[in-house]
Amino acid sequence: MSILVNKDTKVIVQGFTGKEGSFHAEQCIAYGTNIVGGVTPNKGGQEHLGKPVFDTVAQAVKATGATVSMIFVPPAFVGDAVMEAAEAGIELAVIITEGAPVRDMQMAKAHATKHGMKTLGPNCPGIITAEECKIGIMPGMIFKKGNVGLISKSGTLTYEGTNQVVQEGFGITTAVGIGGDPIIGLSYNQLLPMFEADPETECIVMIGEIGGDLEIQAAKLIKEKVTKPVVAFIAGQTAPKGKTMGHAGAIVSGSAGTAAEKMAALKAAGVKVVVSPAEIGKAVAEVLKK
Amino acid sequence: MNVHEYQAKQIFAKYGVPTPKGIMALSVAEAVTAAETLGGPIWVVKAQIHAGGRGLGGGVKLAKSLEEVEQLANEILGMTLVTHQTGPEGKLVQKLYIEDGADIKDEFYLSVVLDRKREMPIIMASTEGGMEIETVAEESPEKIVVVPVDPAIGFQGFHGRELAFGLGITDKDEQKNIISFAEKLFKLYMENDAEMIEINPLVRTGSGEFLALDGKMGFDNSALKRNPDIARMRDLSEEDPDEVEAAKYGLSYVALDGEIGCMVNGAGLAMGTMDTINHMGGTPANFLDVGGSANAETVAKGFEIILKNPNVKAIFVNIFGGIVRCDRIANGIIEATKITDVNVPVVVRLDGTNAPEAAEILKGANISNLIVASNLGDGAAKAVAAAKGE
Repeated sequence: MSILVNKDTKVIVQGFTGKEGSFHAEQCIAYGTNIVGGVTPNKGGQEHLGKPVFDTVAQAVKATGATVSMIFVPPAFVGDAVMEAAEAGIELAVIITEGAPVRDMQMAKAHATKHGMKTLGPNCPGIITAEECKIGIMPGMIFKKGNVGLISKSGTLTYEGTNQVVQEGFGITTAVGIGGDPIIGLSYNQLLPMFEADPETECIVMIGEIGGDLEIQAAKLIKEKVTKPVVAFIAGQTAPKGKTMGHAGAIVSGSAGTAAEKMAALKAAGVKVVVSPAEIGKAVAEVLKK
Repeated sequence: MNVHEYQAKQIFAKYGVPTPKGIMALSVAEAVTAAETLGGPIWVVKAQIHAGGRGLGGGVKLAKSLEEVEQLANEILGMTLVTHQTGPEGKLVQKLYIEDGADIKDEFYLSVVLDRKREMPIIMASTEGGMEIETVAEESPEKIVVVPVDPAIGFQGFHGRELAFGLGITDKDEQKNIISFAEKLFKLYMENDAEMIEINPLVRTGSGEFLALDGKMGFDNSALKRNPDIARMRDLSEEDPDEVEAAKYGLSYVALDGEIGCMVNGAGLAMGTMDTINHMGGTPANFLDVGGSANAETVAKGFEIILKNPNVKAIFVNIFGGIVRCDRIANGIIEATKITDVNVPVVVRLDGTNAPEAAEILKGANISNLIVASNLGDGAAKAVAAAKGE
């Protein structure tokens, strides 16, 4: 079992024939992801990486039955692409593109919600169900199958956390990168209940960072509804106030959004909070061996 | 990206948001000419820097004659203004804004910002003008009016009424004025991809008009391409020169005050590396994300920027390659040692895509002060020890 995606998930790629889209779609296919086609306007009818290309998402969905779209279009076109996917009946849009304007994401997410489409990202590494389905840009080889679910705002901390979990002799059910932009799709509070309900997931790793209050909301939900052990790390304990730390949403404004505040809330909710990402693997091993 | 007050007011004027008349001046002579043009009889001489709290720091002063304008311009231009937002080092004042004095009856606060929880902009207002909104939120949250505006429907009449009644504005003309003010402000917020607009104070004049006495604006960097007029307002002299230089190479850099230079891929891991160094008893000298397209050139540039900081006693290169290939980073390190004098120990941890190839490359390079680490914890410990000269 896993959450959201597995080996049978039919995936299309928006921005299929572009440089980034091509490179990563090829890697996903090599990983075993069931990529059934892609969309690039004015290239409909062609074949790319051995898969059909369509002019519109609606055509692609009709012809292939795809339910998930992986989006690689340039930043200025992300909003448009997400809304197109929503109207075409896609169930989950995984938005990899970095640098989408925040205004566009407000509009696009509202539209997606209206059409019942889930979104992930933007500016995220994607989602991977170990040894089954990779939709995104993560190095697939480090994800061994196991019983740990992972949710992270950061791409490289997803890899770091996963690698440690695997080196401790465990593995991953599904790892989800949610991105660190001010407006994002699925977040902790939608994903935690999915992992709670997934019979194979026995422990959840949650990686957050400074800025916003999603981690505080997650702490409330964990306290009330999550029975599985949760290990958490919050990046940016040493970040200065008022500075954006790489991710557009990673900023401490006034006294809000600090790592200390988030760590305290998670601890109070019974989460095993580690002070360094170097301790994620050990912490997971401890809670799973109990 | 932030802009100066005078630039924010240019944008306000374009959208018909009322502000006092004012003129930007780069010299004392220009300041006096500006004052003459405005006509008086009172003027406000304002330092233009990208930081709040200018008034308290002595950067905003009232003049009642042209002589006084000259004297104040002389005083403020070229001064290093220290406010609670500039840090102790302060900021050099290179521009002035000479503005008409306003007939102030009372002061309000008004802002438009993105509410991340609601995922839409909110108009925030309060009768406590001139006070920091954070302070008002703590001491008397009931005095803050919050009106969320869904961009899909735009600013409607009811938004305006909630704002006007929320602020206790009862005069019908004044209601009309504040509603029109807010509507225009919201329009310019959306159309220019603003991140935040803050007007503090917003003043009510004796005749019931509302005027933006101050104006602070920040814009979404991701949308600057489609807002070229805004992008042109960027004042690089207000930004950290190392951050600007780094950005040219796709590096995201923030200077800190510690001793261990950090070069990491990914913002999360970069922060996590700083945290780990701190946890192990060291201090990070910077945040540096080399980004997804790192190559030999960008890595070499990163070294150059890190080494400019005289406090740096060791460098920790921490890469978990996903899209970033470790062999490219390894070549970058070698490149850097050729171009710049890397005179501090360099601890390198390369994991992920092409890590074995990278290890071979580094082994073959024979760099004297290179220390190889096997994982994040090991690397941070070695960097902390190296910085202490152990």
